[in-house]
Amino acid sequence: MKNKEPLFHVAKREALPWYRMWLIRVLAVLAALVVCSIVTMAVTKLNPLAVAGSMVEGALGSSRKTWVTIQNTAILLLIALAVTPAFKMRFWNIGAEGQVLISCFAAASCMILLTDKVPNAVLVLIMFLASIAAGAIWAGIPALFKAKWNTNETLFTLMMNYIATQIVACFCIVWENPKGSGTIGLINSTGNQGWVQIGNKYLFAILVAAIVTVLVYVYLNYTKQGYEIAVVGESVRTARYVGIKVDRVFIRTLLLSGAICGLAGFTLVAGVNHTLTTSLAGGRGFTAVMVSWMAQFNPFTMIITSFILVFLSRGSTEIATTFGLNSSFSEILTGIIIFFLIGCEFFIRYKLIFRTHDAKEGNK
Amino acid sequence: MLMDIKIPAVKMRDITKRFGPVVANDKVWLDIYRGEILSLLGENGSGKTTLMNMLSGIYFPDEGTIEIDGKEVVIKSPKDALNLGIGMVHQHFKLVDVMTAAENIILGLPGKKDIKAACAKIKEICDRYGFDVDPNEKIYNMSVSQKQTVEIVKVLYRGAEILILDEPTAVLTPQESDKLFAVMRNMRDDGKAIVIITHKMHEVEDVSDRVAILRKGQFVGDMLTASTNAEEMTNMMVGHAVHLNIERPEPVNSVPRMEIKDLTVRSIEGVVKLDNVSFTLNSGEILGIAGISGCGQKELLEAIAGLQRTEKGSISYINDDGSHEELIGKDPLAIQNLGVTLSFVPEDRLGMGLVANMDLSDNMMLRSFRKGRSFFTDRKAPRTLAENIVKELEVVTPGVTTPVRRLSGGNVQKVLVGREIASAPKVLLTAYAVRGLDVNSSYVIYDLLNKQKQAGVGIIYVGEDLDVLLELSDRILVLCGGKVSGIIDGRSADKRQVGLMMTKLGGEANEE
Repeated sequence: MKNKEPLFHVAKREALPWYRMWLIRVLAVLAALVVCSIVTMAVTKLNPLAVAGSMVEGALGSSRKTWVTIQNTAILLLIALAVTPAFKMRFWNIGAEGQVLISCFAAASCMILLTDKVPNAVLVLIMFLASIAAGAIWAGIPALFKAKWNTNETLFTLMMNYIATQIVACFCIVWENPKGSGTIGLINSTGNQGWVQIGNKYLFAILVAAIVTVLVYVYLNYTKQGYEIAVVGESVRTARYVGIKVDRVFIRTLLLSGAICGLAGFTLVAGVNHTLTTSLAGGRGFTAVMVSWMAQFNPFTMIITSFILVFLSRGSTEIATTFGLNSSFSEILTGIIIFFLIGCEFFIRYKLIFRTHDAKEGNK
Repeated sequence: MLMDIKIPAVKMRDITKRFGPVVANDKVWLDIYRGEILSLLGENGSGKTTLMNMLSGIYFPDEGTIEIDGKEVVIKSPKDALNLGIGMVHQHFKLVDVMTAAENIILGLPGKKDIKAACAKIKEICDRYGFDVDPNEKIYNMSVSQKQTVEIVKVLYRGAEILILDEPTAVLTPQESDKLFAVMRNMRDDGKAIVIITHKMHEVEDVSDRVAILRKGQFVGDMLTASTNAEEMTNMMVGHAVHLNIERPEPVNSVPRMEIKDLTVRSIEGVVKLDNVSFTLNSGEILGIAGISGCGQKELLEAIAGLQRTEKGSISYINDDGSHEELIGKDPLAIQNLGVTLSFVPEDRLGMGLVANMDLSDNMMLRSFRKGRSFFTDRKAPRTLAENIVKELEVVTPGVTTPVRRLSGGNVQKVLVGREIASAPKVLLTAYAVRGLDVNSSYVIYDLLNKQKQAGVGIIYVGEDLDVLLELSDRILVLCGGKVSGIIDGRSADKRQVGLMMTKLGGEANEE
């Protein structure tokens, strides 16, 4: 018994051609869907095909639903683009949530305090600059501490999220409207000052995301600063060896990363929600990290990964309402699919070698 | 004839191990006998360590079988291996610094911790084989050779009958190696099976009874050491006859290029790494640096390259017109901006000199990407440079867009040295430039260094192989514990003398 060869052992794979990598990913999605169907049938006794249908229905069922899905994708993409330079540098910035929220706060406070004191165009400009500055500062502080005193950026950026949430919670009471509601409600709902719209009300966010996607792609791949980020991310020692000032790259990149979060915050307040609540970022600061990693920091691949995640979340919300299920059920389904998507990366890098000769042989 | 009646302690058959595309071991056969010292000989990267790691349970073979004393076994973990009486002493010691030797030796063993009994047993093992170790000494107070002794005693304590030593002499001076060989012979005479992994020919001849040779992951053959000679073994190891002579052209128009005075460096923990080191580097010469590992070579090179904070002293670069530039306190970028072209081939090629995940042409950019005022990078020049290096140095690669981590050790080093030479340096620093390279690649590197030397470059060559140092260097600076033990002429230096200087300042002490 002691001499039994293990059932399988793990070995590293040779680099796979791209089509085999995608084949594995597609298989993973299919496997995920099978598991989802089994879970759905076992738990709810519903027909899994009907459930899948209502998922598509929820995300793309009408033109309004489609527009909302695309708009949500754009916002998630924008935040994912923001965290990408930092993560490519292996700076574990999980504070995008707070960076977005604090810039939402900056934009909203400009709307509340400056409306009718300056012309609308100037107001929008000030909102724009204020949110970008707020996001950059919120990301810059942990970067500065990391550069100067080598603090742990993961904890630091995480803590900054709570500070941002509490500031917003506080001002939601200060600026509550109507009195006693504890919420701010739509800001400038009559005059629409500080609202930005291009064409229909969804298009602005989509345009911003599209432009930033191209810019971030070019920045990361074709500029000297982008090259420095890649080198620092791969090896800090190599960066020092060729004279890159690592501390400066940390701070500069996080300012940029925060600024793009700021832009996302501005887009949310001026272009989408026109209000301020603590849940405005809605966890997207964290989901964005996943979008970025799954796309391996390629901005164009991020379009796909962010769409998948938004599609899943909107689709499963629809399931929950249509079939009268608890919203947790939709989260279970999303969880299963993401588990398979991330898990399959293991099989792209490694393979399992199963026991070849019979266990009996080894016994004597 | 004697061999025929002995049953091998270990019988490995058709052992194959792959790492991605690399076949580290390809259907290897190996027999290990009791009462015998077996040299496992092969160049770096020939699969010696991988093979022994499978015997000691660190890796699991993809194919093949292992028999111990005639019974087929499956070794899934180092614990399995120890239960079968197999113990391995690795190149990098696995000891807890703040504990004593005895505590390290019994660490992780089941049962009650009885230091006194352990000490007695350790004493007995030491007496039996001639080890010299104090069980109550803390590890951090020990020399490298003492730590190694603790590692060996540790596996013996756990009942190992089959001992594997992975390049045990790499960190030892010639005198310490002799001592190790003596205890190895004692263990052999006690009936243990000993395997020593090495790529040094004279060690094979000194200590082993039998030699097994691997080449590129394949088993080439084994024979009694007494019935073979260095030439035959080299041929089997390399695959064809090579001449072992390294060229050493005479320096021409040598002028002082860099002056280092009273350089003192402390590590972050406050340990003195370099202590008042002074020397001059001339143009057109190769200055070899000899010393046991950790004697300050790394700190010296990194201090010159602007990567290491210094405590006192000066490093001044001497321009062609005789003016001096102080390099202390300047980072690599500032040194470059002074117009000092200083190239550095660091020890850690893929962790420092190159970016493993980037392709050849992006790695070329490391040195040149700042050129020009544009916000964007220039990708054409590095690509051309990469293509030239691939062509001129015969780098084996699918193309210049292949990540360097996919290249073999020798080709990685060609890429790194090629890039560092491309900037037409005045001073070239190299650390272990041929470590892990096969013989042919090593000669390519020696040739490149000699060409640079003839072009007037001042070269500092830190090496671990004394034979190569003695053949390649014009002068040799010997470091011992961070101090300059002496600077000697490479053409007249004697290996024993250098060995002594590495352990004792000045080396005047009596020969043992």
